[in-house]
Amino acid sequence: MNEFVESKVRLRWPEELRSSYDVVIVGGGGHGLATAYYLATRHGITNVAVLERGYIGSGNSGRNTTVIRANYGVPEAVRFYQHSLELYQRLEDETGRWIMHKEKGLLWIAHTEMGLRAERARAALNQAYGSDTVFIGPEEIKAICPQIDLSGGGRYPVLGASYHPRGATARHDRVVWSLAEGAMRGGVEVHQRTRVIGLQVDADRILGVETDRGFIGAGTVLLALGGQVSTIAAMAGLRLPIRTHPLQAFVTNHYQQGLDAIVASTELLFYASQTARGEILIGAEIDRQPSYSYRSSYGFLSSCAGRALVLLPFLADLKVLRQWTGVCDMSPDYSPVMGPTDVQGLLVTTGWGTWGFKAIPAGGEAMAALIATGVVPSLIAPFGLDRFVNDRTLSDRGSAGTQ
Amino acid sequence: MLFLTCLHCGLRSVEEFRYAEIPTVPETMTDPQAIDLDRGFFRTNREGEVTERWFHEFGCRRWITVRRDTRSDSILK
Repeated sequence: MNEFVESKVRLRWPEELRSSYDVVIVGGGGHGLATAYYLATRHGITNVAVLERGYIGSGNSGRNTTVIRANYGVPEAVRFYQHSLELYQRLEDETGRWIMHKEKGLLWIAHTEMGLRAERARAALNQAYGSDTVFIGPEEIKAICPQIDLSGGGRYPVLGASYHPRGATARHDRVVWSLAEGAMRGGVEVHQRTRVIGLQVDADRILGVETDRGFIGAGTVLLALGGQVSTIAAMAGLRLPIRTHPLQAFVTNHYQQGLDAIVASTELLFYASQTARGEILIGAEIDRQPSYSYRSSYGFLSSCAGRALVLLPFLADLKVLRQWTGVCDMSPDYSPVMGPTDVQGLLVTTGWGTWGFKAIPAGGEAMAALIATGVVPSLIAPFGLDRFVNDRTLSDRGSAGTQ
Repeated sequence: MLFLTCLHCGLRSVEEFRYAEIPTVPETMTDPQAIDLDRGFFRTNREGEVTERWFHEFGCRRWITVRRDTRSDSILK
């Protein structure tokens, strides 16, 4: 399929808000829209409203670095993200829309003895739990990605890597639009420019949401927003195990296609991939201080670009085109938080820190199943809020962003 | 770039500092176990003015207290 022959995505925007819905989803990003999509397509629940304060995909769904992978560090996460990766592979067929899904393979490079141990362990654990990751040496790395300087500038020698051939990227806007279109076709209403300003709770049961366009009653409310989730949850008297940190990324000018693999390094704290437009997209760790500020910094740009150059010296010829910031909701164990809360009828899907994009289909599918059946699917049961009370945390620094 | 004014070294880039949170538990919480749990995992994550500590790691190696607005990252007096 080609971008120019494909018919335009048909989004049908509703005019008026109804006074109540069975399900209200707060946040019109990937997770909220995926939940709405699966509610409509898998469960026939269509009396649903998705509320978005800006335009759909304007938050972190439009600010992430679009990597899809399943090479995580704890069994529960490997299983969950592997399922998500498989759903992504089928998403184009299912929605009938081209999301520019492209399998590229992901190299996670090790430069030290400790890094080698970590990558070997990652490959072994992934294989044990059904995700395709292998440990490879420098020669194979060079064959997969010839641009890598194996000497690492003399300071970060490339000793090995875990290779995840199913690692992919997709176009974030298209994922959001195809899910929104599918949900709308099923009868779901998506209301943009509708800000939630309060949650109404009576005797530990959710009654509805207060918006800047009036009150909406709801049987079930799902908080699927990135960034403001602590503020909104506090309106229902909830405290969440979440801290919000900025994360920055940048792209270079357009360049001939050639960086075929996604390259990541924990020790150099960066990851890079080439977009369909030809820009090299580079991201790194979160800022240390919690903040809701979307301001980018020169300090990040210079230090991250310097680190990327160590492994990919060809970048020295490129110019930085654009830099931006998103905000990441980080949980104390770096794993997402999905499931019911202490308030009946109020569900939450958050903690998507630096792995939210790759989880969009599986997260949405699981939350839709939870809303439809009232039973927490086994795939996401380990990720509930109760894991902190029950001493069952899932410590997994499974991303370059969390080191 | 975020700059912090160190009492001893003056205006310095945030990269020289290490962040430290001052944990706050809601006053309504009285059960000691609930307080422990809250302090360990749960966060106010305030959108607005916060008071926090920063350690001037690559400078005078002393602690400073900072008031900051998390919506804009502006430092408050």
